[in-house]
Amino acid sequence: MSGTYLGMPAFPEAAREAVADTTLRGNLRHATHTIRAKRAKAVTEVSDWAELREAGKRIKDHTLRHLDRYLVQVEETVTAAGGIVHWAADAGEANEIVTRLVKMTGETEVVKVKSMATQEIGLNEALEAEGIHAYETDLAELIVQLGKDRPSHILVPAIHRNRGEIRDIFAREMSEWGRPAPEGLTDTPAELAEAARLHLREKFLRAKVGISGANFMVAETGTLVVVESEGNGRMCLTLPDTLISVVGIEKIVPTWQDLEVFLQTLPRSSTAERMNPYTSTWTGTTDEDGPQNFHLVLLDNGRTDTLADEVGRQALRCIRCSACLNVCPVYERAGGHAYGSVYPGPIGAILSPQLRGTGSEIDASLPYASSLCGACYDVCPVAIDIPEVLVHLRERVVQGGEVTREGNKVVLRPAKGHAAERAAMRAARWAFTHPGALRTGQRAASRSRRFHPRTLPGPGRAWSETRDLPPVPTEPFRDWWQRTRGGKDGDR
Amino acid sequence: MNSRERILGRVRRALADASADEAPIARDYLREHGQRTAAQTVELLAENLADYRAVVHRTDEAGLPALIAGLLEKRGAASVLVPSGLDEGWLAATGVTRVADRAESTPDELDRVDSVVTACAVAVAETGTIVLDGSPDQGRRRITLVPDHHVCVVRVPEQVVSSVPQGLERLDPARPLTWISGPSATSDIELDRVEGVHGPRTLEVILVGGA
Repeated sequence: MSGTYLGMPAFPEAAREAVADTTLRGNLRHATHTIRAKRAKAVTEVSDWAELREAGKRIKDHTLRHLDRYLVQVEETVTAAGGIVHWAADAGEANEIVTRLVKMTGETEVVKVKSMATQEIGLNEALEAEGIHAYETDLAELIVQLGKDRPSHILVPAIHRNRGEIRDIFAREMSEWGRPAPEGLTDTPAELAEAARLHLREKFLRAKVGISGANFMVAETGTLVVVESEGNGRMCLTLPDTLISVVGIEKIVPTWQDLEVFLQTLPRSSTAERMNPYTSTWTGTTDEDGPQNFHLVLLDNGRTDTLADEVGRQALRCIRCSACLNVCPVYERAGGHAYGSVYPGPIGAILSPQLRGTGSEIDASLPYASSLCGACYDVCPVAIDIPEVLVHLRERVVQGGEVTREGNKVVLRPAKGHAAERAAMRAARWAFTHPGALRTGQRAASRSRRFHPRTLPGPGRAWSETRDLPPVPTEPFRDWWQRTRGGKDGDR
Repeated sequence: MNSRERILGRVRRALADASADEAPIARDYLREHGQRTAAQTVELLAENLADYRAVVHRTDEAGLPALIAGLLEKRGAASVLVPSGLDEGWLAATGVTRVADRAESTPDELDRVDSVVTACAVAVAETGTIVLDGSPDQGRRRITLVPDHHVCVVRVPEQVVSSVPQGLERLDPARPLTWISGPSATSDIELDRVEGVHGPRTLEVILVGGA
């Protein structure tokens, strides 16, 4: 995945810094609470939400179960409609394909509609290295790009910035990239949006190459779908001569009819609207309307490895609505950057370690970036059981085991740093199967309680650094039971 | 081995252990939400369009040319984009300079046009959405994108459906479609909704009923 995130500290360190930033916490709290309340209202408007959610889950599971067939079908239908289909096994290959396609046009500038897939593969950096400038055109992505920052939310990438910070970024940076911000720019959202409109319009009107992702690909018809609000998507999808769409292979739905489910659940789950302002669908190319050259790059980049995991594959149902981020108590406090991935929040905590593998420290820490409260599962419009996958991935991190990497089965060794946890669990297993030893140990613990340290020594320190040690009671439960009820209420 | 074969091979190996029997996809969700007469559905469309800050007007066939002329005049429009198949009568009452929707027009030329008038393919009441499918009376996708003022005519009740499922049924996926729900908007700054970032900042929808 993206080189942007290389060298990120593991989640606990990154989160410790983030939670100390009171501006960040204020911005995040305001944003997540606003949107979660709106979303709840938008969902109650449709009485068949449960049925829509179940249908969405089933459609995606069915697609994944027959992904090979649908991939071949979408290749056929897109080609028949005048598009050209490319296959990219990993980020490097996808970047090479896109770079080559842009170079073939002779252009050195491209306009982009926000795309998680292209962020995931670090496309902007790859293009820049070849002398091609990629302009992000979503307002929030523009804020992030101008601020030399990283996105922190799937849907609202600049959620961590408030209006004052955005004003400063625009006033300082816009002139470096094109049309400067107007003199005397204030921090009202309307003025900021107007500044972005003027700055980007000059880029849209001269753009010859557009790059997008897609929310859905319809296998039956070869239709691609982009769901957006601002119109920057429509600009990128219709004004340039050449359109290149980089799409994860899991974004397929089998039939046109299937869209009726997702076009109802996605807007309500993501922006809490009945419908987003703009949805564009296109099937190959259309004579004299929109780009006359259309390329679809089908991206694997760890998705087939994720598909190989029986428990973890459900993460591929994700339609990137970001509802799970907005309800997550951990995301709300730590912010998106702490996850060290383009996919932050609960979904990122299960998707990133599967797409990238759990080899790095950050990826091994992500399955722990959760309180397992289950709110993410409740709001997920395709019913991904995120807590189940988190626990599954924790087991993999601690115990190791067989996983698929780049299509090959490999045996993963237990991750470093979990030796104490494994030892503690082994000790617990022994103690719980030896009642006499457990009793003796519990009594000793109670009698020595005044001398207990507040933090654990040795390898236990890592655990107690972020948690309070529970106080040991004055006597073990079993002794208390014997003393107060022992033998009286009928001992079994 | 090329990447296509590599990816398809990985998918097949990944699914080797997946069980073959799967639960059927139950489509027991609703085809529309609530029971409404055709008139009530049009009413709901008007409400939901207005809720997302589209300006809604109602008239009949006879009143349409005067209404369109009035809207363009009020806007101070000096020029209007006209799709090739637009009913000529709709613009009969206005003297505003007409600009034809031509494939050769550059985006800069479109940017200098003030308004655009189009028909639509279908409108979805429950979501307050109008859908354009590039038919001759709606024109290329870009003409409803670059000018800042879009006037869209919806024939009611014939072109109005209740729900997204009913809308999809009526549409041809082979055509390029644009679903529009209110004017362009963003919520990227502190989740405050602001109308008009890149698309038209003003969307006026005319519901035309009766002969």
